[in-house]
Amino acid sequence: MTAAQIIFLITAAVILGSAFMVVTTKNLVHAALWLIVTLFGAAVLFATLNAGFIAVVQVVIYIGAIAILFIFAVMLTRRSMTDTGPGLNRGWWLSAAIALLTFGGLVWLVSGWGGFTKAAPAYPSGFDAVAALAHALVSPEAFVLPFEVASVLLLAALVGAVYIAFQRKGEE
Amino acid sequence: MQSDWTFIGLFLIVGALIPAAAIVVSALLSPRKPNPIKDSTYECGIETVGENWVQFKAQYYIFALVFLVFDVETVFLFPWALSLNQLGLFAVVEGIIFIGILVAGLVYAWRKGMLEWV
Repeated sequence: MTAAQIIFLITAAVILGSAFMVVTTKNLVHAALWLIVTLFGAAVLFATLNAGFIAVVQVVIYIGAIAILFIFAVMLTRRSMTDTGPGLNRGWWLSAAIALLTFGGLVWLVSGWGGFTKAAPAYPSGFDAVAALAHALVSPEAFVLPFEVASVLLLAALVGAVYIAFQRKGEE
Repeated sequence: MQSDWTFIGLFLIVGALIPAAAIVVSALLSPRKPNPIKDSTYECGIETVGENWVQFKAQYYIFALVFLVFDVETVFLFPWALSLNQLGLFAVVEGIIFIGILVAGLVYAWRKGMLEWV
């Protein structure tokens, strides 16, 4: 077994174990924290697949932003953070069956693809994916306009969030 | 496997091992004579009041939202900042415009009093 395979197996075991903890733990805050472990495992998988930028984005967006949102949502909606409900509801077997079917269907679909059994191809030497992305983002022939429009979009999101929060504050 | 990620992986492993070792060694070496006052929760020397799992004030979520926007900004600026020395003046100005537009949003939130600690 190569080192890459050992790393993959450990990462996969951590992802599956923490994902199982997310759905079985009764404390919602603990579920959110286990979710961070799962997302970090996914970032490690991206890194082993030569997708360094995606791995960084996974850490910054999913662990940095989405997990914060989850924890804030739990903290703001629960009266006490020790609130626990039953872990299972009546439809648990149905959702388990759908999850298994989806997994089986995905495995069946992807195994038909030619790259399924191949390792991730290495970049040609001297090729820097992040630098190529940076050049594409700021060069006038490529995506400089979407790059600046993304800034305006983020500005709109920020102003919208402040506006909504301000309205709430006034109502109190 | 690239060597860069090997270093990051080693760093993560060592970074997890050092605090774990500190806790394990202190648990092994320290003498233990517990009494009720020693076992009580330490809160700046005052007796603790109420539960330790309390609900946070709802106003804090504006900080989360503002953080979120700048977190997404980081994703766009990350490749730009990493290859700043290979890019020309035009690219630097592009990035500064990008940051400037978002700073306008931050100034708006500031002027609205959203960044005040409540």
